[in-house]
Amino acid sequence: MDGLNIPLNHILLVSSLLFAIGMMGLMIRRNIIFILMSLEVMLNSAALAFVAAGAHWGQPDGQIVFMLILTVAAAEVAVGLGLVLQVQKRFKTLDMDHANRMRG
Amino acid sequence: MLEITLFYVAATVALVATVLAMTRTNAIHALIYLIVSLLAVAVIFFLIGAPFAAALEIVIYAGAIMVLFVFVIMMLNLGEKGDQQERQWLLPKIWAGPALLAAVLFAELLYVISTVEGPVSTTAVSAKEVGLALFGPYVLAVEIASMLLLAGLVGSFHLGRRYLERDGFDDRSEK
Repeated sequence: MDGLNIPLNHILLVSSLLFAIGMMGLMIRRNIIFILMSLEVMLNSAALAFVAAGAHWGQPDGQIVFMLILTVAAAEVAVGLGLVLQVQKRFKTLDMDHANRMRG
Repeated sequence: MLEITLFYVAATVALVATVLAMTRTNAIHALIYLIVSLLAVAVIFFLIGAPFAAALEIVIYAGAIMVLFVFVIMMLNLGEKGDQQERQWLLPKIWAGPALLAAVLFAELLYVISTVEGPVSTTAVSAKEVGLALFGPYVLAVEIASMLLLAGLVGSFHLGRRYLERDGFDDRSEK
């Protein structure tokens, strides 16, 4: 792995492009499964930025924050997909516009 | 030089796969593209000297989290009807505005990162160093992560348990 010279700002460019794509997906989709997928893309792009910064300084901290982001993503997806099952059961659709009322 | 070429190839694959994933109408197709995107990001991790992060990306992201999505999509059994509905929601007049806003924010990010310079480090950060730091100065973060996972476990169990109850769960007759 010696002699690599990948510029840091190119990696950050890829990361921010992924974030922008994920945010666009989050805004244009109404299906809750696609919304969760877009959130995954955004979290993943943030993780890429952290790992790139860690690699820039040659420190393990970036990878540790990556693991914490992985934990957050796993917990978020588990709860989110549980909510997907509930939404499908109650509203018979995955359109989030139908789930716009709270209980009270 | 080869590594730099590999980086650009992997970055292109990641971006194209993500765009395709965000614009599919079939959830399973989108998921497969998303897995390709995650694998490409894992290649980038490996190239910038984070082999442990690359392995975790494949094992946990592409392996575990995406399988969770597959299970839920299979349980919901959306079919062709869902495809048509998605196609109606993906008209240009719907996505033009959000795409513009996302592009503006991306331009701002681009301006911010344009001042960053310098290459990433030439040496890989091994799993041993990551482990030593994780259970040294970051041990509190490990505890917080474990509590977060416990909360996620309890929450998903609570939400999924009622889905599995067959006989007439009603919102109003809840005791």
